[in-house]
Amino acid sequence: MQLRFKVIRITMGTIIIYGVIALTIAGIILSLVLYLVAQKFKVVEDPRIDQVAEALPGANCGGCGFAGCRALAEAIVKSGNLEGKYCPVGGSPVMTQVASIMGLQASASEPMIAVVRCNGGKCNTHKKVEYDGAKDCVVANQNFAGEGGCSFGCLGLGNCARACKFDALAINEETGLPEVDEDKCVSCGACVKACPRGVIEFRKKGLKSRRVFVSCINKEKGAAAKKNCDVACIGCGKCEKVCPFGAITIENNLSYIDFNKCKLCRKCVAECPTGAILAVNFPAPKPKVETPVENKSEVSPEAKQENTTETQENTNTQN
Amino acid sequence: MKTFNKGGVHPQENKLASNSKIEVFPLTKKAVVFVSQHLGAPATCLVKKGDKVKVGTKIAEASAFICANTHSPYSGTVTKVDMATDFNGFKKPAIYIDVQGDEWEEGIDTSTEIKREITLEAKDIVQRMKDCGVVGLGGAAFPTNVKYMIPEGKKAEFLIINGVECEPYLTSDNRIMVENTEEIFIGIEIMKKALGINTAMIGIENNKPEAISMMTQMSKKYKGTSVVPLKMKYPQGAEKQLINALTGREVPSGKLPIEVGCVVDNVGTALAIYYAVQKNRPLIDNVLTFTGKSIKTENQKNLLVRVGTPLQEIIDYCGGLPEDTGKLISGGPMMGKAIMDTSAPTVKTTSSILVMNNKESKRSEPSPCIRCGKCVEACPMGLEPVLLSILCSQDKWEEAEKECVMDCIECGCCLFTCPANRPLLDLIRVGKFRVGALRRARAQK
Repeated sequence: MQLRFKVIRITMGTIIIYGVIALTIAGIILSLVLYLVAQKFKVVEDPRIDQVAEALPGANCGGCGFAGCRALAEAIVKSGNLEGKYCPVGGSPVMTQVASIMGLQASASEPMIAVVRCNGGKCNTHKKVEYDGAKDCVVANQNFAGEGGCSFGCLGLGNCARACKFDALAINEETGLPEVDEDKCVSCGACVKACPRGVIEFRKKGLKSRRVFVSCINKEKGAAAKKNCDVACIGCGKCEKVCPFGAITIENNLSYIDFNKCKLCRKCVAECPTGAILAVNFPAPKPKVETPVENKSEVSPEAKQENTTETQENTNTQN
Repeated sequence: MKTFNKGGVHPQENKLASNSKIEVFPLTKKAVVFVSQHLGAPATCLVKKGDKVKVGTKIAEASAFICANTHSPYSGTVTKVDMATDFNGFKKPAIYIDVQGDEWEEGIDTSTEIKREITLEAKDIVQRMKDCGVVGLGGAAFPTNVKYMIPEGKKAEFLIINGVECEPYLTSDNRIMVENTEEIFIGIEIMKKALGINTAMIGIENNKPEAISMMTQMSKKYKGTSVVPLKMKYPQGAEKQLINALTGREVPSGKLPIEVGCVVDNVGTALAIYYAVQKNRPLIDNVLTFTGKSIKTENQKNLLVRVGTPLQEIIDYCGGLPEDTGKLISGGPMMGKAIMDTSAPTVKTTSSILVMNNKESKRSEPSPCIRCGKCVEACPMGLEPVLLSILCSQDKWEEAEKECVMDCIECGCCLFTCPANRPLLDLIRVGKFRVGALRRARAQK
């Protein structure tokens, strides 16, 4: 070594030559080491993960229940099936594409939509107290029943609207209730999780976006429920009797319409004495309809919105 | 003068009713008694429609370890067992009683004579506390007998009696210390016997000179019990702060006072224990304060009210609400909760009805945090409310847990001191609720 250093000092040309040679040799040796290490510790990744991730929308909303689109892609490829893995944002087209990458058959899943199962709000409840605390539904839910006195219904402080990453939910200032924009809702489920009272539920979007549902989740006895809200479900059972398809059940003083059985005949809507059953996106009712339908028409045409469903905690979608 | 070492604030004391004597509130006609009035598992209802009950009849029974009995505060007929609205507007199972006369259950000593001799053994004392449904009257309603079952390996050294009453406005503890001094001391003797110790300390803030002098005088008669006047500072009445003020010890995070050899009980609880053990009288009534700045002096009252009395009746008895009432609060202004429905009945721990006028009751608009650090300075638990509230507002529950959100005692000092009126405590409460749920989910796994 010492000798070499001496030589190096001799001329400029030698310095360059030796330098180049030394670096080349070092480079070759190190690249070999790198190559061998890379071979030894190679992570084999299924190329389909990238393909699937590519096919997914990339919104990373978490609506599928996984941490993001790539996490879903990994889960799909690793498990090799599509069971319980569904992208609510992309819907069927995306899932068909994913299925073709995986060589599987996409299970048909009907489009779902979030519905608000409370129609109380500012218009239909009688305000008893004024809430002055933090504007957060969870905080309010810990402190009191609600301005109208109903301890089941919507508090109207907008946690669902803040949770929505697709701008599909907004609190209507006039009614104090959240409204779902049907075009934007991708049924990712963020609002369902955000609501401390379980007011929002997924229902089938239905033919031409038409839906019939009980817009109340109050489980109190009729008189108690009616005292706080004009449009509460009182659990009278008239709808259950009139339904020709057996889609309606009454439990805990509350009616629930099974969206798998409902044929959208709307007999229950006309029968409901309080107007708790809503039918949305139907053509305007014929003029003769009575009070209950007034309430309904108030909500239905107003926007191609949302409104929701009914009873029971049954909050999660079944994808 | 002693006080606790960390944080704390000085709200205006406003002890407006401190000189009005305790009045016995007349019996109501229709009582509503909640089945569960304590912290812990719900109790099981023992009566049904049509049953006759007497004062002191057990109407709901403890169904788990942390659970308490409930007794009928009235004699009469059960008209129904149904849901009733509590003052927050939520429905809870309750027993409706149509009150007829005032007939007491046999075996209950209703005389006013003071019974000094303690005949029961330690074990029987704890059992009696349980039978009589005694719960902590400091506010949390924790079943008292559970506190006296000292876990293996732990040893109680001090019995600490809380006569601090650091909440502004409240005067009920002050009044019972002045009017029921000896009963409280006998209660303390019973508690000492149950724990098998000789040292008890009564902490009283120095804004209650009458109570301090009465109690100090009485303490000469009862060996081993000392009265310690404390410098005023909120929240001195909180368990951990009081232990720190009196003994200098610090309860570790997430642990109970017994960890540092202390058992803490309120003066009201001491009185309830006296009645339970010496007179076999269950916990069926409680002293509450009716007060507020806009209430006339003659209507500022301390009332001995039976459990299950509608709040509205108490308000009417005290001359109704003034015109400018903005808000009613059950409990003190710092930790109390707003009353939503005045038809709701009182419970074992209802310590006051506080009437706030329009001006006081409005919250100011929150503005952005200016990082002044006042909340950090004020927090008696040594937490960083500003950090916790930010974490909680961003749903970062795990991080909030690491920052000890569960140690928060919800005293409200941060909220009180914040110059930007930020809803710090509201957010922290959400965090506590969520972290609690997370922990339960983890425990289930």
